[in-house]
Amino acid sequence: MNNNNVIQVEKLTKMFGDFAAVNAITFEVKKGEIFGFLGANGAGKTTAMKMLIGISNPTSGKANVAGFDVFTNAEDIKKNIGYMSQKFALYDDLTVKENITFFGGIYGLSRKQIKDKSAVLIEELGLEKVANKLVGALPLGWKQKLSFSVALLHDPKIVFLDEPTGGVDPITRRQFWEMIYKAANQGTTVFVTTHYMDEAEYCDRVSIMVNGKIEALDTPKKLKEQFKVDNMNDVFLKLARSPSPTLPIGKGV
Amino acid sequence: MSISIKHISKSYKNVKALQGITFEVKEGELFGLIGPDGAGKTTLFRILTTLLIANEGTATVANFDVVSEYKNIRNCVGYMPGKFSLYQDLTVEENLKFFATIFGTTIEKNYDLIKDIYIQIESFKDRRAGQLSGGMKQKLALCCALIHKPKVLFLDEPTTGVDPVSRKEFWDMLKHLQQKGMTILVSTPYMDEAALCDRIALIQNGKILEINTPEAIVKNFPKPIYNVSADNMYQLIKSLNAYKYNHSVYPFGEFVHYTDSRIDFNPEDLFQYLESQNLSKIKIEKTKATIEDTFMELAK
Repeated sequence: MNNNNVIQVEKLTKMFGDFAAVNAITFEVKKGEIFGFLGANGAGKTTAMKMLIGISNPTSGKANVAGFDVFTNAEDIKKNIGYMSQKFALYDDLTVKENITFFGGIYGLSRKQIKDKSAVLIEELGLEKVANKLVGALPLGWKQKLSFSVALLHDPKIVFLDEPTGGVDPITRRQFWEMIYKAANQGTTVFVTTHYMDEAEYCDRVSIMVNGKIEALDTPKKLKEQFKVDNMNDVFLKLARSPSPTLPIGKGV
Repeated sequence: MSISIKHISKSYKNVKALQGITFEVKEGELFGLIGPDGAGKTTLFRILTTLLIANEGTATVANFDVVSEYKNIRNCVGYMPGKFSLYQDLTVEENLKFFATIFGTTIEKNYDLIKDIYIQIESFKDRRAGQLSGGMKQKLALCCALIHKPKVLFLDEPTTGVDPVSRKEFWDMLKHLQQKGMTILVSTPYMDEAALCDRIALIQNGKILEINTPEAIVKNFPKPIYNVSADNMYQLIKSLNAYKYNHSVYPFGEFVHYTDSRIDFNPEDLFQYLESQNLSKIKIEKTKATIEDTFMELAK
C-alpha cells in the first residue's frame, strides 16, 4: 500500500442475498485529505462506511484502513479511527465532562491525558459554563461539535463523519466545517458524508455513489467541469438518480 | 385566510419554545417555515394540528379555532409529522386503507389526488411499512396524509436527511398539490428549499426573524456581499476572521461570503490584506445574497 494513502479500497463488495449493496468500489484517500462520500439515500454509503470502520464484513474485495486490513485486523482499525454518526452522538444523561472522560477511557487514554484533553477541548469549544451540565440539555449544534471533538480525543489517523451537520443551523454548520478544516490541516484525514451540496464543495475530493457503485470521483472543480455545471448540486442531480422504486431493488434505471 | 396565528406562545419547563408568533397563510399558498433544529417548528405544527395547546394566543385553521373547534380541524387537515408515524407492521396498502377508513372515505374515492405519488410505491403495496426505504416511507406518509383530501396540508421537515434528488422530486409533488388548490405549510432546515415557497417565515429560538417572499427577503439584505476565494480555503477563512474590518465571514461552497463593517469599503484594501497573508489566486467579486445569508445576518 502506498504510504501516503490512509484508506485504500479495491473492488470492495457487500452482498445481501442477491443484492449488491456495495458493488466493487475502488478508491483511495490520502493523508490529511477531506474526502466527501456522497450518494442518494439507499445508494450504499452507510454499508460501505460500516465495512471501512470494521463493523461489517465485506463479501469480497480488499480494503486497508489506517494501515490495517478490514478482513483480518478489524479490531485494530477501530482503535485507529474516530467515528461520529448523526444519530448516536453522546450520552444525553452524562455531563459534558463525564462524556469526555468516558470516551477517553474507552479509547485507552490515561487519567492525566483525559484531564489535559478535557481542559483543552472545553476551552476550544467555549463550553466552560456548561461543562458540568447534562449533554441532553445542549443545543444540537453544540452536541455535534462536542461529539466531533470526542471522536478526535485519541488522535486518530482518520475520522469518519456520517452526516454530521443534518438539521444544524447555518452558522453552527459553518463553525463545524472550520473544525474539520483545522483537523485536516493538522494531518487528520476526514471522511465525511453529507446531503448539503455546498459542503461537498469544501471537500478536497468527492465521490458519488449510485446504486452501489462509485460513478464519479474527483475534485469538486473537475467534477463541475466534467458535467458542465456551476455547482455540486447540479453534478449530483445529473448523476445520482434515485433508485426507481417501481423496478426491482438493485436494478436502477 | 387558511391559517391565522396570533401571538402564540408555548413553554416547556424552562424552555420558551414559541414566543409571540403571529402570521397568516393565504388559501392555496405554499408557505415555508424555515429554521434549524430547536427553532420551534414542530411545536407550532402540533398546536395548529390540535395536538398541543398553546400557553398564550389564538389560531385558526380553515377558519376553525384550534381549541374550541379542534374536531373540525382534524377532519380537514393532513399532517405528516417529522418522525415516521405510520404502522410499521401494516403493509403499504393496509396503512393507506386504515387512514382512508378512519376519515370515512376510500382509497378509490380520492385516488386522483394521490395517484402520481402512489404509483411510485404501488409495486410494494404488500410490503410492511417498516421494511421500506426512507424515500418510500416518506411517499407513503404523504399518501396517508392526503387520502381524505384535506384543505390544509402540514408537512413537518419532510425532506430532512433526504438526498438532493429525492428532495427535488418531493418539492415537485408539493407544487402539483398546490395547483390542485391545497394550502400547504411546510417546514425545512434546508435554506435552498425556501426559494421554492410562495412566502417564508424565518424562525429561530421560538421567534420569527422575518416573513416575506423569498425574493424580497434576499433583496432586503442590508450590505454589499462579496465572493472571496484563494488557493487555500482554511487559511483564507482564518485570515478573513482575523481582519479587523470584517462584518461577516461565511464559507459558501467554493467561496467565502464576506461583508465589511465599513460604509466606504474598497475591495482593493481587502485584496492587499489577503496578499500580505501569503494567500495567492485571490479573487473578490460582488455577489447576490441568498436566503441563508439573510438568515445568518438576522440570527447573529
